[in-house]
Amino acid sequence: MYRIAVAGNPNSGKSCLFNNLTGAMQRVGNYPGVTVEFAVALSRFGDEDIELIDLPGAYSLSAYSHDELVARDCLLKEKPDLIINVVDASNLERNLYLTVQLMELRRPMLVALNMVDLAERKGRHVDAAHLGELLGLKVIPTIANKEKGLEDLKNACVDTLAKGLLPKPVYYGHVLEEVLPRFEAALLPAIPPGHEAFSLRWTALRLLEDDPLFKKEAEGWPQRGALTDALNEARSFIVRHCGEDAATAVTEARYAIAAGAARDCIAMSEKTRMDISHKIDTVFCNRLAGPLLLCAVVYGLFAGVFKIAGEWTWLPLFDGTWTSPMGLMERFFSLLAGHIETHVSNLLLRSLLNDGIIGGVGGVLSFVPLIFFMFFFISALEDSGYIARVAFILDRVLRCFGLQGKSILSLIVSGGLGGGGCAVPGILAARTLREEKDRLVTIIVAPMMNCGAKLPVYAMLIGAFFSQARGAAMFFLWALSWFFALVAAWGLRKWVIKGEQTPFVMELPPYHLPTIRGMLLHSWSNTWMYLKKAGTIILGVSLLVWALMYFPVPDQRSLAAERAKIQAQCGGSDDCELMLSKIDAQMAQDHLRHSYAGQIGTWLSKISFLAGFDWKENIALLGGFAAKELIVGTMGTAYAMGNADANETSLSSRLAADPSWSPLRAFAFMVFVMLYAPCLATIAVIKTETNSWRWPFFALAFNTAFAFLAAMLVYQAGCLLGF
Amino acid sequence: MTSLAEIPEGGHARVLKLRSSGALKQRLLDMGIGRGTILTVERYAPLRDPIQIRVKDYSLALRVAEGRQIEVEKILP
Repeated sequence: MYRIAVAGNPNSGKSCLFNNLTGAMQRVGNYPGVTVEFAVALSRFGDEDIELIDLPGAYSLSAYSHDELVARDCLLKEKPDLIINVVDASNLERNLYLTVQLMELRRPMLVALNMVDLAERKGRHVDAAHLGELLGLKVIPTIANKEKGLEDLKNACVDTLAKGLLPKPVYYGHVLEEVLPRFEAALLPAIPPGHEAFSLRWTALRLLEDDPLFKKEAEGWPQRGALTDALNEARSFIVRHCGEDAATAVTEARYAIAAGAARDCIAMSEKTRMDISHKIDTVFCNRLAGPLLLCAVVYGLFAGVFKIAGEWTWLPLFDGTWTSPMGLMERFFSLLAGHIETHVSNLLLRSLLNDGIIGGVGGVLSFVPLIFFMFFFISALEDSGYIARVAFILDRVLRCFGLQGKSILSLIVSGGLGGGGCAVPGILAARTLREEKDRLVTIIVAPMMNCGAKLPVYAMLIGAFFSQARGAAMFFLWALSWFFALVAAWGLRKWVIKGEQTPFVMELPPYHLPTIRGMLLHSWSNTWMYLKKAGTIILGVSLLVWALMYFPVPDQRSLAAERAKIQAQCGGSDDCELMLSKIDAQMAQDHLRHSYAGQIGTWLSKISFLAGFDWKENIALLGGFAAKELIVGTMGTAYAMGNADANETSLSSRLAADPSWSPLRAFAFMVFVMLYAPCLATIAVIKTETNSWRWPFFALAFNTAFAFLAAMLVYQAGCLLGF
Repeated sequence: MTSLAEIPEGGHARVLKLRSSGALKQRLLDMGIGRGTILTVERYAPLRDPIQIRVKDYSLALRVAEGRQIEVEKILP
């Protein structure tokens, strides 16, 4: 079996080519220690079994950007048998710059000259055969999104593999060609044995360029003194003759080759038409129309995700009614729960199945429609090239807070519009951010937005204490969530996730019409990954939370006896039902209070009184960690509201009548709910998205501490001011 | 001394020198902005930052602060 790596610039149609070469049978490889994922898939080219690796898109192999580092590391350490370099024919010169760097690796490679149709439309005909002669490798014209040229490409791969064809050595111009052999002669004895992973020329160039990673590695090599002398000599020679430092000289030499090859191979046709992307940009990046269209697109994304997944009923059911994908999940699970309720009599088993397992599995699956449609629309934005414009238009605003233009998509999907949302797809949407630090900050503050599950808590408390100004109160909470999220982002960037912002030098790729097939494939594979990776964590921890709230089972014999007595005394009268449900509620409250979660809640009230919460809220907040939807219900149980009337309205009037509650306490509680620990599903997704346990635990601790601080400030200040 | 950030919308320029070093410089070089590169300022973002330029037949966005690191001379189209 041969291993083939597919490398190329971002937006060169690389992933599209990869998908069409392999079909849907992909798995996602994750490079150890980093979060950049790449797809790996098996295929057959002719008679050969092939493993294809889709490297992250890279403009260069310099060690400065995360994606580029991963692409480079993979090429160096995995040592693929062949490199397919996808080159965008409509943007030849810059794409060939990477080609030159790949040629330096001295591995068998070939070029897929992609998007030749686009180049023709721009009035540029690229002579593939001539380009192949110049570079000393096979150049196959392809149109990946129309599946053209793929058979030729496969045959060329098999041929190159069989013959082990290497590209031509790169010629760097007379200055570098004079100094490189001298430096290599000094370098050869310095390289420790077992380090001949890549060519001598490659190592020499990286050292000359002062590549940070290589420099570090070379510090441990023997004969450091001689090597440093040779390096300094070579560098000063280059500065003397080129007028620039070595890194610049090498880069310029590579670009000179790329430019020369591009000039030689492109025949400009008469009718060089104005770029259509240019025209679209004059509208979409316009000073007035741009921001307005951006609002429309972002709102469209939000509505697209949440309306299609959860609100619009467009799936037909067998009984002739219609439902939404999320409604379908809900119906299925409530049907299942109903069966368990009637057929399972053992209380422990019933609670385990209903609250533990169905709660957990349902918790995992209920996100699936949201995640699927989020990826569907995000990949439309990405593939079309619009997402880069989002970053362009909003960069100036969000940069002040240590975020980035693209962060807006995460924040909106997480609930930034105020009318629902969910941090799980929101955090997944942060994949579009290529800069690690900006992405981390976005991931940590996105759960502070008001997601759909927090809204019932607000509705319940606003109904109880601010019913004369419902709209204003909701608006205030919406504004507050943005305020806190941006302040937290600013603080995190300043003190925790420090470091200079990465240079914002971003391509604005030409607009493309995304293909439905590509969008579906992307959404499906990512949703599947979520199920496999986050799903297991969510299920496991929600069972744990269930156990915390169920065990230990208290001794309720006296209450049960009383219940039995009442039941025996009276028939089915209304009064009697009321008394029974009161006893049930009392039993449930008692059970919850003595559970481990209840004990933790009671213990926590020693601190939480500072923000105005007692054990009942603490326990609801603990339950809310499993899913924020549980807060209102758990509070209902904690306030001994019967199952039948543990809904928003009755809890709302119960709290309004409670003398220990005040508008201030309600407000502090809402602030805490807004900001505290992300729910379990979100934590699981933070784990999978950052590929470490460090950040989910950080989010847990930081967001809770931040929330407590905010709620305490609100409560204490309010008390002082006499509210 | 003119920097890229001083070129108005629609203006053309030739790069003379990159003043930055390290990651930014390498990034600019990788994207094809080196000595002698000819570029056009296509537009500024709604808040006058970042800048969209056209270089080597593609569009690139960079911040004004980064544009200041690129020394250029104005040229006619």
